[in-house]
Amino acid sequence: MLLDLQGYESTILSGAWVTLQVALLSLFVAVVLGMLGALAKLSSITFLRWWATLYTTVIRGIPDLILMMLIFFGGQIFINEFNVTINDWLNEYFQGQDAAHEWVSYLPDYVDVSPFFAGVATIGFIFGAYMAETFRGAIIAVDKGQLEAARAYGMSSWMVFRRVMFPQMMRHALPGFGNNWLVLLKTTALVSIIGLEDMVKAAGDAGGSTQMPFTFYFVVALVFLVFTAISTSLLSHAEKKYAIVSR
Amino acid sequence: MSLEAFFLWFSQFEYVQLLINEWPLYLSGLWTTLWLVALSLFLGLFIAVPAGIMNNSNNWAIKFPAWAFIYFFRGTPLLIQLFLIYYGAGQFLANNEHPIALAIWPWFQEAWFCALLAFTLNTGAYTAEIVRGSINTMPSGEIEAAKAYGLSRFKIMSRIVLPSSFRRALPAYSNEVIFMLHGSALAGVVTIVDLTGAARIVNSRYYAPFEAFITAGMLYMMTTFVIVFLFKKWEARWHKHLKPLKV
Repeated sequence: MLLDLQGYESTILSGAWVTLQVALLSLFVAVVLGMLGALAKLSSITFLRWWATLYTTVIRGIPDLILMMLIFFGGQIFINEFNVTINDWLNEYFQGQDAAHEWVSYLPDYVDVSPFFAGVATIGFIFGAYMAETFRGAIIAVDKGQLEAARAYGMSSWMVFRRVMFPQMMRHALPGFGNNWLVLLKTTALVSIIGLEDMVKAAGDAGGSTQMPFTFYFVVALVFLVFTAISTSLLSHAEKKYAIVSR
Repeated sequence: MSLEAFFLWFSQFEYVQLLINEWPLYLSGLWTTLWLVALSLFLGLFIAVPAGIMNNSNNWAIKFPAWAFIYFFRGTPLLIQLFLIYYGAGQFLANNEHPIALAIWPWFQEAWFCALLAFTLNTGAYTAEIVRGSINTMPSGEIEAAKAYGLSRFKIMSRIVLPSSFRRALPAYSNEVIFMLHGSALAGVVTIVDLTGAARIVNSRYYAPFEAFITAGMLYMMTTFVIVFLFKKWEARWHKHLKPLKV
């Protein structure tokens, strides 16, 4: 039988759970960054617009694998050098105040960037750029007059956003958001390359020890198809919810 | 400062040193990436056009295989597809005495062949959806008009349907080309020295993740911009009739 997993079912299953966690956490990061990016892109402050454009352009021009390796391998060095510099600076300052001051690590001297953190940070960062584009389009699509009307009623900026902007922009954002989520889900497979024990890594290990790599990778492919199918049905449900009911 | 002195001053920086030493590696990596992507895209078209047309069919027996192929390759990560071929082929082909297995096994032991096959099938599936979409959005009035003029089926296809579908598919296809360029970074994972593979070698040689991956990222980004530029020019040519007339 092709799909006999020889007792590795639980390994694959716990790997699938890791994959799902990475995907959902990255989605959260991406939505936050995307919202900030979209607002920055539409802002009247040139500086913010410039940075947001740089962000979306650079991210969309570079493969996600390169960015992930850069953050995984480089992030560690960067954080540690940053922390050591801050520690040196603080200690020198206190030594100037008080000659008896002893060297203290205010920030940890050595931080280990885990593959989980690097994976979530990178995927969130990448898809933040795509979300920013989606949200920007959705915000533009909301009728300006309605925002002005809400303002005229004396609503605060937050209330205008929550009551008028958000429910309407969701309608325009959902298709793009759904596409981004489906791509993001598939991108999570990359975290196995930087050593995270996700579904792909589990399948690789199991496939190696049982001499059945095809079987295990095929199972992983099927799990991804299941995730995709569930997402698609949830998304079409949500799209119906936010759709305008036309008569 | 003379030119020579300037170069002497310039080359003292570690990063410049690294670039001077490793430039040939990056260049050959870029070349590998480019031919791998170009060849996959070209071969993918031969899958995409029939698969796209088949997926449009009303006959279930014709539609289903194309639908299943497209659904699988669009719904699962490219990394899994690559691993299925690169690691998975051995499960069926190694130590297999069947003449076909003996004939194709050497091919599947070559990383570049596995990558080319995976990329071709993947881009074939994505492009098939583009083909299907652009044939579906063909205005029926144009075909009716062509029929009314007494054009043959072949002439309708070659003079009306294909040129106009091609024009409508161009923007989506340019996205697919960039997606494939970025997806090809995965080739570096299966021992191919493409641009990503080169960056990984440089990183392990110098333990310099920033220099290694940012250089590769810049080269990817430049390639992306060149592709975007070329497609813009191409679109301007093919969509000339849509531009407002200059008064």
